[in-house]
Amino acid sequence: MASKLVPGLSRSIAQASRQSIRYQCRSLSATSRVASEALQVHRDSPENNPSIPFQFNAINQKLIAEILKRYPPQYKKAAVMPLLDLGQRQHGFTSISVMNEVARLLEMPPMRVYEVATFYTMYNRDPVGRFHIQACTTTPCQLGGCGSDKIMAAIEGHLGIHPGQTTEDGMFTFSEVECLGACVNAPMVQINDDYYEDLTPESTITLLKALQAAAEDTGAAGGTAGLAGHSNTGMGSTKGEARGQSGQSEKVEGQAARGYQAKGVKLPSPGPMSGRKTCEPLAGLTTLKGEPWGNETLRTDGAL
Amino acid sequence: MVTSRAATYKPLSTLSHRLQPSVSAASRLSGAHTASHRQQRRELATVQDAPPPKRTHFGGLKDQDRIFQNLYGHHGADLKSAMKYGDWYKTKEILLKGHDWLISEIKASGLRGRGGAGFPSGMKWSFMNFKDWDKDTKPRYLVVNADEGEPGTCKDREIMRKDPHKLVEGCLVAGRAMNCSAAYIYIRGEFYHETTVLQRAIQEAYKEGLIGKNACGSGYDFDIFIHRGMGAYVCGEETSLIESLEGKPGKPRLKPPFPASVGLFGCPSTVANVETIAVAPTIIRRGASWFNSFGRERNSGTKLFCISGHVNYPCTVEEEMSIPLKELIEKHAGGVRGGWDNLKAVIPGGSSTPILPAAQCNEQLMDFDALKDSQSGLGTAAVIVMDKSADVVRAISRLSSFYKHESCGQCTPCREGTKWTEQIMKRFEKGQARAREIDMLQELTKQVEGHTICALGEAFAWPLQGLVRHFRPELEARVKGYAEAHGGEARAGGWDHDAQKKGLLISPGQ
Repeated sequence: MASKLVPGLSRSIAQASRQSIRYQCRSLSATSRVASEALQVHRDSPENNPSIPFQFNAINQKLIAEILKRYPPQYKKAAVMPLLDLGQRQHGFTSISVMNEVARLLEMPPMRVYEVATFYTMYNRDPVGRFHIQACTTTPCQLGGCGSDKIMAAIEGHLGIHPGQTTEDGMFTFSEVECLGACVNAPMVQINDDYYEDLTPESTITLLKALQAAAEDTGAAGGTAGLAGHSNTGMGSTKGEARGQSGQSEKVEGQAARGYQAKGVKLPSPGPMSGRKTCEPLAGLTTLKGEPWGNETLRTDGAL
Repeated sequence: MVTSRAATYKPLSTLSHRLQPSVSAASRLSGAHTASHRQQRRELATVQDAPPPKRTHFGGLKDQDRIFQNLYGHHGADLKSAMKYGDWYKTKEILLKGHDWLISEIKASGLRGRGGAGFPSGMKWSFMNFKDWDKDTKPRYLVVNADEGEPGTCKDREIMRKDPHKLVEGCLVAGRAMNCSAAYIYIRGEFYHETTVLQRAIQEAYKEGLIGKNACGSGYDFDIFIHRGMGAYVCGEETSLIESLEGKPGKPRLKPPFPASVGLFGCPSTVANVETIAVAPTIIRRGASWFNSFGRERNSGTKLFCISGHVNYPCTVEEEMSIPLKELIEKHAGGVRGGWDNLKAVIPGGSSTPILPAAQCNEQLMDFDALKDSQSGLGTAAVIVMDKSADVVRAISRLSSFYKHESCGQCTPCREGTKWTEQIMKRFEKGQARAREIDMLQELTKQVEGHTICALGEAFAWPLQGLVRHFRPELEARVKGYAEAHGGEARAGGWDHDAQKKGLLISPGQ
């Protein structure tokens, strides 16, 4: 019985030892995670750990009071998304301390906040550069205009970084993102809150150079907190039209607030870079050429 | 019944120069019949009413019939210019008409939801006024879905940044029809400037007393709030949008209960697309029959079309429903690059509708039913055009990775299926596959379809099915091309045919 067992036993032992050796070898070459997708778990790091204090500043405290009024009092936690966004705008990224503070304010378990912060892609759980360049590469952008491949190559070539990376001076973070909903203005990138559309490789590089120059001129340091711009207080357009819609040369409010205009630095304003205003055909209007209608076309059956 | 029978028999029995008294009386009673006698002569069938002359060609909407006059930003988005061009006109009278009248008007207009599914809006709104709704003390919500994330679609963005008052007024009117107490507009987070414009429009409306307590002086209280999403495509699904609004990860809920009974914050609510809501006041002001006069039967109205991809001048344009696809592209988008003959394929309604090959595009009408007949869908009317230079496999493969990225991970078929199909498609891009995998892919998508909580399962399955249906030769050619270049077809999983010989295929036990 034993003699029958022994050869098999020895073999299986040998096999097991081989296996374990190979297993160890294999674990060394574990699959590297995809660069464009952030890690789902939190790891303490010098710039992101729970012992770093975080508190909302006075303006944001007021905004929070305002935001909480939008939701039924017993559903305070509905405000978790706007609050995390505020925190991100104040702190620069959604650190674990921001999440904990939001959980404390809304009286919800921190884990519920972590769930939300990891689910939505717009919460940057790692520090990002002063300019977060998000290039859309989904099919319409891949096809439209010159195609997003060229835009990606232009950005990579100019900044020397790949999607998911930040430049060494902490000025630019580059990500590849899914459809940003400006498909007729393809290809496009989003830089912080601004859409730059109808890009070509040349205009992309011009844009990046302008941003670099603006950063240098105003002495902006890379990787500063609150770098997503102070445009979070509802600045933007005040004239009844969207930004980027009012022609290329016009001064745009939100950017003045960022301080780039102070030293006479000129940035291309957001919107299409091809000379069109918004989503109309470039060759000229095919519709809406006449005077808009007023109330003369309304129903005549007297129901109103 | 009698009159119509008499009217039909008459021309058959007598020669037309003399009318018998009884018959002439009958035809006088039945009004329009006399005019149509001659067409009916050939058959014995009893046609009751003379149908109005059937329109066979659609498209060529006149400027005066366009709802979104500020689509290209001619005038400001502020209240004053909005009022100048017809918004907020007689809103009080509209509100005072009451919910039954409003809903019947929307039903009569034939408006179908503009978010993709095309459900009749009037009917959807009427679900909110269920039996004994007025005895319920709970608040009721209208939720506007402005989480526009479908690749190819960029219509809601244009509404929100240029015609925000249409949306704000629409919320009030639709809210009144459903007896809602408040509206939440869930806008995607990337649309920062659109949010700003919309927020200011809301503030203007509050300031003028158009919304808020005693909205427009009608005695009806209505609030509008904005909630920004944070970049999740799946939140465009109604139940996950509600989850997200409640401050949770946006994972869809099982239906039933439908949102109309248990929705946002446990209260009755209805989720509707921006465009649906924004057109409602204009429909009511100009009349249901006006709106219904456009497009084919059951596909009535006007629609914003976004034309992107390989066209000369991509644009967003408002056109009549049922416009031929060819006319839409040639008239507004400057035609396909290199001419119509250079067309390879069109995705007619946003990324989740199956692709159409060029041969089908010549006669294709752009409406819900016509595209359904072509085994595709109108979706959000986002036309993505591909010319012959386009790599259609890569385009669909990119969509697969989009869905892989955006799957919320709640249901296994979708979470795993999106990943598998992405991997398979990545291999097909290079031809690193076997021909039989085309059928495996097809079967896999069929297994997912209908087995997930929300429609994202269908959304990622359909484009792949469309690709297999129409571009199978292309896939096969790629496999063949790879086999020729590498001396043999790839093995399962994308390994080279001689991988075993090279000693690359070692499993842990070997």
